[in-house]
Amino acid sequence: MSALVIKGGHLVDPGAGVDAPKDLFLKDGRVAEVAAPGKLKGTNGAEVIDASGLTIAPGLIDIHVHLREPGQGYKETIATGTAAAAAGGFTAVAAMPNTIPVNDSPEVTRWMLAPERGAKVRVYPIAAATRGSKGDAINDFAALKAAGAVAVTDDGHPILKDGVMRETLAAAARVGLSVIQHAEDTRLTAGCSMNAGPTAFKLGLRGMPPEAESALVERDIRLVTELRDPRVHLHVAHTSTAAAVAAVRQARRNGLRVTCEVAPHHFLLTEEHVGHYNTNAKMNPPLRSAADRDAMIEAILDGVVDAIATDHAPHAVHEKEVEFENAPNGITGLETALGLCLRWLHREWKLPLGRVLSLLSAQPAALLGLKGRGSLAAGCFADVVIFDPKAEWVYNAHQTHSKAHNTPFDGWTMQGKVRWTISEGRIAYADK
Amino acid sequence: MTATATPVRRQLISPPVPPSPFPYNKGSLLSVQDLSLDAISHILGRATALESMNPLERDRILQKRRVALLFYESSTRTRTSFELAAKSLGADTALISSLSSSIEKGESLKDTGLTLRALGAEAIILRHNSSGAPWLLEEATRLPILNAGDGMHEHPTQALLDLRTILQDLRPGVDTVTPETLKGVTVTIVGDIFHSRVARSNMWLLPRLGAKVIFCGPSQLLPDTAANAGPAISVERDFEAALKASQVVMMLRIQAERLAGQQIDLDQYKAGYQLTGQRLAEFAPEATVLHPGPIIRGLELTAGVADGPQSRVLAQVRNGVAIRMAVVERALGAGNEGGRA
Repeated sequence: MSALVIKGGHLVDPGAGVDAPKDLFLKDGRVAEVAAPGKLKGTNGAEVIDASGLTIAPGLIDIHVHLREPGQGYKETIATGTAAAAAGGFTAVAAMPNTIPVNDSPEVTRWMLAPERGAKVRVYPIAAATRGSKGDAINDFAALKAAGAVAVTDDGHPILKDGVMRETLAAAARVGLSVIQHAEDTRLTAGCSMNAGPTAFKLGLRGMPPEAESALVERDIRLVTELRDPRVHLHVAHTSTAAAVAAVRQARRNGLRVTCEVAPHHFLLTEEHVGHYNTNAKMNPPLRSAADRDAMIEAILDGVVDAIATDHAPHAVHEKEVEFENAPNGITGLETALGLCLRWLHREWKLPLGRVLSLLSAQPAALLGLKGRGSLAAGCFADVVIFDPKAEWVYNAHQTHSKAHNTPFDGWTMQGKVRWTISEGRIAYADK
Repeated sequence: MTATATPVRRQLISPPVPPSPFPYNKGSLLSVQDLSLDAISHILGRATALESMNPLERDRILQKRRVALLFYESSTRTRTSFELAAKSLGADTALISSLSSSIEKGESLKDTGLTLRALGAEAIILRHNSSGAPWLLEEATRLPILNAGDGMHEHPTQALLDLRTILQDLRPGVDTVTPETLKGVTVTIVGDIFHSRVARSNMWLLPRLGAKVIFCGPSQLLPDTAANAGPAISVERDFEAALKASQVVMMLRIQAERLAGQQIDLDQYKAGYQLTGQRLAEFAPEATVLHPGPIIRGLELTAGVADGPQSRVLAQVRNGVAIRMAVVERALGAGNEGGRA
C-alpha cells in the first residue's frame, strides 16, 4: 500500500486535542506519525500533499445517509453516494436500512459491504430493528452485528409499540448496538406534508404537529429509564423540535445514555422556506418554526447535540417534480454539510472550529463506537479531510457527484472548500 | 439595565427566505395575493364592461385563441363559467379532465401541461386536488395559469366574484377599489374553514379592501391558528355572536371528500352552525348571504334561506362568468394593458 505525506497544513483534531501546524505521515491505510512541521523522518518515496494554508482534520463522519442500494439505484448507488460523501469531506457514512429489500438480514448487510459496490469511502450499514421495518418482530442483532451493522433502526417507520421498542433497546444493548429512532408518532401525521402551524394553514397543507416528534422521544426516554441498564443507548435521529431536544437534555441530566443528531437544514431553515411548494424543502421531519430552528442552534451551541448528520436522501428529478403532497421526503446533504456548518455554525454563530469538526467526526464516531475513526492520532485510520477554511464558493447542485440534486441549498454560498479527501490512505477526492 | 440582568437569548441572524420567483407569467392568476389593488380594480372594471358588451363584438376579443381547461376534480360552476367566459370572448376551449385522459394512465401534471402547450394552448385553467399544483404547472410551462381551485389552498376567481357580489350589494356602482372600500364591513365565513380554498382566498382579498373577516366554526373544522393567517382575521366559535357583527355571511359546505377520516356529528354541527331563517331574522336581518356552492340544503343552510330574499347565491354564479371573462382576457393580454399585477 502506498504512503502519503501531508505537509504544511494546520491540523485540527479535536478528538486528540490538537490544534497546531503539523505534518502527517500516512502508511498502509493508517496514520503512521503526526509531527511538528518538517520533523517527519523516513518518508522517502511517499507521495506528498502540500497543505500550506489549509486545514487538516479527521475525515467527516455522517451517521445518517440513504445510499438507496439495494433496490433504488436510479436514485443513488453506493458508488455515487460515497463519491458525493468524499467530495463533501466525508470518509465514513452510516447507511440507513430502508432499501429494497430492507436491510434486515446479514445477507443484505454483507452485500452492501462487498467491494463490487465501489464505495469511495467507508460504509457502515445500519440494520433494520424489526423484520421488514414493520415494527413487529425483532431481528437477530448479533448476526447483523457480526455481518457489519453498527446500529439498528427502523428509520422512517418509527417503532410505535412500547413492547417492541423496549425489547429492541434491551436486545441491542446486550450485543452492544445503539438503537436509532426516527421519532415520529405516525398516528398523528397521516396525510401531512409539512410542519403544522400558520404556514401550513396558509398553504392549505396538512401539518405534522411538533408533538408527534417530542411525544415519541419522551416515550423512548421513559423506556430507557425503565430498563435500568447502562448499556442501553438510544440515539434520536434528526431532532427538529425544541420539545424533543429539551427531552434529550433532561434525559442526559438524569444520567441516561440518550444522544441526538441535528441536520443542517433543521438548524438553518424554517417552514417559511417551503415557499411556493418547493419540493426540495420537503423532508421528514419537516422544516419547523423559527422557534424550533433557533432551539436547534442553541442545542448545538450548548452541547446537547452530539452530531451533525445530513439525512442525505437522494431522489430522482421526476420524483420531486410533482405536486408537493405527492413528492417523496428528503434532500441531499453530503456535499453541503461542511460548507454550511463553517459558514453558519462557525462564522455566524461563533462555534469554535474544533467543536464544529468534532460534531462532524469525533463525536459521531464515539456515538456509534467506530473504532479508529474520528481522530488522526497515530494508529488511527488514515481518514483525512483537507480544506481551505477561508474559501467561499457557491454550491451548484447540478455539478454534484451524487445522482440526485434535490437540495434547497443550490446557489448558496458555502465556506470552506474541500481540497482533498483521503479514505484509509487513498485519495478519494481531489479538488480540480 | 443593570449588570445583574438575566442574559437574553442570543439574537441570531439566520439565512433569509429567498424571494418567490412566482408568478413567472404576468397573465397568470395563481393567488389573490399576487394582485395589486389596481389589478383588482382592472378586473372588476373589465368584468362590468365585458358583461354589457355586444356579444358579437365581444366574440372577437380572443378570436381563435386557445385556452385549455384542465380539471382534476369535478366541478359545475367553475368549469362551466370559465368555459362560457372563454367562449364568449371568441376563444377555442378544450376540456381535459383527469378521468378520460392520459392522466388516468399516470401522466404527470408537468407532462400534461407541456403536452397542452405543444398542442397550442396559450393559457391553462387548472382545477386540482393538490394545494400548490398551479405553481408547479406554471413553473413547468411558463404559460399563463389560472388557478380554478387548488386543494385546500386558493380559489382566486371565487374570491373575486364574491367581492363583486358584495360590492353590488353594499357599494353599488363601485368598481375601483381602495384600502377603504370595505371599511366597516365584516364578513363572516362559516363552517369548514380548514378544508376551504374559498375561505383562504377571501381572507387574503377582503381585508386588503378594509373588511374584517370572522371565521366561525367548530375547532375540528377551524383550527385556532387560522386567526394568525393574516391581518383583520379573527375566530369566533359562537355563530350567533358572529352573525350579529356581520354585514355579509358566507356559508361553506362540509367537504366530505377532504375529511380524511374525520368524523363530524352532523346533528351537533347543524345545531351550532346551520343558517336558518330564524337565526338570520334574529341576528342578521340585513346581511347578504353568500355560498360558493355546491349547496347542501338542510345541512349548512336551510332551503328557506337558500331561496330567501337575502340569498345572493345565484348572483354569485352570474358574477362568476363576468369575472372569469376578465381574467381570461387578462391572461391572454387582450384587454387594456393597465392594471397588471
